[in-house]
Amino acid sequence: MSQAAADQLNAVLARVPYARFLGIRASLAGDEMTAILPYSPHLIGNVHLPALHGGVLGAFMEMTALAQLSIVKYPTGQGLARQPRPIDVTVEYLRSGRPVDTYARAQIKRLGRRVANVHVEAWQEARDRPIAALHGHFHVTPAGGEPG
Amino acid sequence: MPADEPPETRIGDAPQAIALGIRTVSVEPGAATLTAPYRPELVGDPDTGVIAGGVVTTLLDHACGQAVYMALGEPTSIATLDLRIDYMRAAEPGLDIFAHAHCYKLTRRIAFVRATAYDKDPEDPVATAQAAFMLGTRGPAAQPGDMRSKAGRSEAEKAS
Repeated sequence: MSQAAADQLNAVLARVPYARFLGIRASLAGDEMTAILPYSPHLIGNVHLPALHGGVLGAFMEMTALAQLSIVKYPTGQGLARQPRPIDVTVEYLRSGRPVDTYARAQIKRLGRRVANVHVEAWQEARDRPIAALHGHFHVTPAGGEPG
Repeated sequence: MPADEPPETRIGDAPQAIALGIRTVSVEPGAATLTAPYRPELVGDPDTGVIAGGVVTTLLDHACGQAVYMALGEPTSIATLDLRIDYMRAAEPGLDIFAHAHCYKLTRRIAFVRATAYDKDPEDPVATAQAAFMLGTRGPAAQPGDMRSKAGRSEAEKAS
């Protein structure tokens, strides 16, 4: 994917206050985006284990879905007019989030004219041992009207 | 930690709850109401000033866990299995968010919880949630008899 897409992605994350609050970054390799949640003590939910807050993992994967949608293109070349809004999300917790960096990738399973379906998976040390997954629907608005 | 907060609360020792400014409004057997203040650094859409969905997610998750603790008779470690959230409408910019969670069923191993997030009126929710928790992930499993909320018992359980 182009430098323009990478710039757009970083601009989106930089202008969302809550993404800065969590400390989310993102990197692009070709068309594949990886979101990064660097470990920080304020992300902990359970000090006894210790473990990342489950809500933080859900929020991180939701931001990953929004970031992926921010660089999406319809076959017509159109992007989205404004930031998508979540309709519903289901978060599945697979393993405890340890106090280390967390990564996530999103797959847009369907991009409709009004609704997008997105799946996200988060992991820490090993990509094949995910710690959490999110399935969600988001309201989308194609830029310049409905794609033809 | 306020003096009236129960010992099983996890509000006091969760750094993320402190970072978000989450406070306990009230607790009762099997239920809890929490609040998170509106703050500019928690905004998710800078064009509208609406608080991030992720903040609502964390508040709901925290309230659900709190409700499970309030349903258990003794401190038990719990782990969230899943959390489903429906976003009804955007929260109004500038308003604090509240979450009320109710643990409506407790088995030996699992707790089932429903929750509602709202800004002004509980009848006009910002989001609703449904969660399942595994109990006794460390230490002994909880006992069904620990459930102190009569309203939480299922019809089948009452009939038996």
